[in-house]
Amino acid sequence: MKPRQQRMLAVGLAVAGIAIATMLTLQAFKENMMFFVEISEVSQGNYPEDRNFRVGGLVVEGSVKRQTGKLDVAFDLTDLNNKLTVNYAGILPDLFREGQGIIAHGRLNDSGVFVADEVLAKHDENYMPPEVAESLAKAAAAQEAAMQAEQPAQ
Amino acid sequence: MIPEIGHFALILALSLSLCQGVLPLLGAHRNDAAMIAVARPAATGQFVFIAVAFVCLTLSFLQSDFSVLYVANHSQLSLPTPYKISAVWGAHEGSLLLWVLLLAGWTVLVCRYSSELPERFSARVIGVLGFLSFGFLLFTLLTSNPFERLFPAPADGADLNPLLQDPGLAIHPPMLYIGYVGFSVAFAFAIAAMISGDLDQKWARWTRPWTTWAWLFLTIGIALGSWWAYYELGWGGWWFWDPVENASFMPWLIGTALIHSLAVTEKRGLFKSWTLLLAIAAFSLSLLGTFLVRSGILISVHAFAVDPERGLFILAFLTVVIGGALVLYAWRAPGLDSEAGFRAMSRETFLLCNNVLLVIATALILGGTLAPLFVELLDGSKISVGPPYFEIAFAIPMLPLVYLMAIGMHTAWRSQAPDSLFAKLRMPAVIAIVAGVLIPVVFYGGGGAMLFAGVIAGVWVMIVSAIDPIRSWRRSAGTAGITRGGLGMSVAHFGVGMFVIGVSVVSAYTVEADRSLSIGDRAEIAGYEFELRGLRNAQGPNYQALEGEIDIFSDGDFVGQLRPQKRTYLVQQSPMTEAGIDAGWNRDLFVALGDPLGNDTWSVRLQYKPLIRFIWLGAFIMALGGLIAASDRRYKLTARARERVNIAEGKPA
Repeated sequence: MKPRQQRMLAVGLAVAGIAIATMLTLQAFKENMMFFVEISEVSQGNYPEDRNFRVGGLVVEGSVKRQTGKLDVAFDLTDLNNKLTVNYAGILPDLFREGQGIIAHGRLNDSGVFVADEVLAKHDENYMPPEVAESLAKAAAAQEAAMQAEQPAQ
Repeated sequence: MIPEIGHFALILALSLSLCQGVLPLLGAHRNDAAMIAVARPAATGQFVFIAVAFVCLTLSFLQSDFSVLYVANHSQLSLPTPYKISAVWGAHEGSLLLWVLLLAGWTVLVCRYSSELPERFSARVIGVLGFLSFGFLLFTLLTSNPFERLFPAPADGADLNPLLQDPGLAIHPPMLYIGYVGFSVAFAFAIAAMISGDLDQKWARWTRPWTTWAWLFLTIGIALGSWWAYYELGWGGWWFWDPVENASFMPWLIGTALIHSLAVTEKRGLFKSWTLLLAIAAFSLSLLGTFLVRSGILISVHAFAVDPERGLFILAFLTVVIGGALVLYAWRAPGLDSEAGFRAMSRETFLLCNNVLLVIATALILGGTLAPLFVELLDGSKISVGPPYFEIAFAIPMLPLVYLMAIGMHTAWRSQAPDSLFAKLRMPAVIAIVAGVLIPVVFYGGGGAMLFAGVIAGVWVMIVSAIDPIRSWRRSAGTAGITRGGLGMSVAHFGVGMFVIGVSVVSAYTVEADRSLSIGDRAEIAGYEFELRGLRNAQGPNYQALEGEIDIFSDGDFVGQLRPQKRTYLVQQSPMTEAGIDAGWNRDLFVALGDPLGNDTWSVRLQYKPLIRFIWLGAFIMALGGLIAASDRRYKLTARARERVNIAEGKPA
């Protein structure tokens, strides 16, 4: 091969390699991107189907139930307006407790229960996941707006 | 009184840093020897005052002076003394103080070891470092004063976050910071070179050892952090790709590219403007990492709103430093590149590939880390990017890099005949392919494309790295041996090989299982049986713990006993998992207690991690390679000796 052909071959290979690499990376990004969905959205049916997403909220007091001797645990999450039941089989993080803000990764099953494959609680007593804080604030604002809308009718 | 002395010392350091920033740069511009002479004393004085402030804060911790807000928030009476000291850098304010202390320390070292540089050049370097220090000190004093008083003082403090009460995390931040801050020296050299518009190969030779030192500390810092996450977080993972980790990893990748690009600039006078850009990028990413993580912006956009003052200052400072450097670069760099060429088959080409691939890897990680930020800004939806993205995005450029690395090491500068290279590397390639397929199949009973690719790459680099040191060791008297620089490169690349093998095997053959165990029950994973013998209470200095006793058997033989703990720290009432780990060179067995499930049954996390030690060992060997390379004697020549060398080489002194 002449030097010019060699160079063309090298450039061609590099372009092909970059194209394949870009495709694989974008694919990986699409597959591993997870949306955070607010509990109110989930209860209205607005959530990505057939793929994992994240939910967050406060663990409802007294809602944590587990079968004696089994890893399976169920608990309710709330944004103080709506509720979502979460099932999980595994070890909960150290700072998981009732009343605490947590985030769960997983998907909704047919009976409307969120099946989590990961539950996260941050390692700081005072830390509230920002997504949870915002969704709580939104839910509270919605409630207030609803109450104000009712008032003129009274 | 002591906190006030510390506060005052910081203010004095701020004034000195301004002198150190302004006068030498002005003096170098006007060629005014008196102004240039300010540089060294100002830097030394600044270091002394910051050290005084640091000692004052440490004393406040040791005396448990809870009238200091920062101490009250991050210490407690029964906190063990070593952790009272490490608590100094356990949160935002104190870690900034550590950062400025280290920056001043590096500056003093630059003053001490720059006598061979032209006086105007070293004045510019010290001046730039002074400006950086000024920015940090101003930030500390205006928004993050560690000496702020709290009135009335509480009787006891809020305690240090229990996760940080660990020897690994006590030394991890200083190592990391020495590395981060160390890149500021390369940055200052780059700025000084661009101001003086004169960038010859000597510049690269001065910069190289500094960069290598910074890089090796950063390597140790990251490895310690990974190791700590493994045994302390209770999950058994060694890398999570979270924003905090990525923030430390990106400067490391660019720093690695910089080391290699500097080699080309020093040996061949090429890639000059590219090297400058990398020097700017390495330090900019360090800044971005420390600041943005500390301010919380990488976790969420909203952290900005939490403390707008800090966020705005950070933004302004980043704009001035990075923006200023890039403007200077755009203005001065185009005139710097030389005309010398190189053939396609040469070490220059391989180092170019190294740089391109490392920059691609950094860009992909940066993209994944910042994606949640951009998506939220664009359409308001909140996303997170899972670790598998980063694993794929990182493996795509890195695997070719590892294969090419082995060839590049044995390729000559300028031009290399392919035939002799092929002859030299043929046998290692065959051995690597055979070993890379046999090791997984024989020891782990299986394989896969990524696993074979990884193990072959690791063995290949390890063998090829050993060629030159072995030849040098067996050489006949009178022939030239390997230089420290060459040996350092071989050792560091050997470490990369170990690391790659470790990562490949751990990823493919880790066994993880969450099980419920009652006392007397056994669970089996990966051929090991775990028996829960009992549970008892244990007492620590500032925590209570429930301790499990778990016996491990392999084929009926007793392997060892692990005692994982579930701790409750008394002041914060926060629970923490302390894993039990049976470490071996070829595998770790990892046990962590989960939750009580009732009826004396506990959930237990069991993990089998083959070759996980190779990951950290590989990283420490890389750092050792850096240490060997940085001690090469060609960096140590005094000015007079260099003059002699230059005369002997026929160059003007």
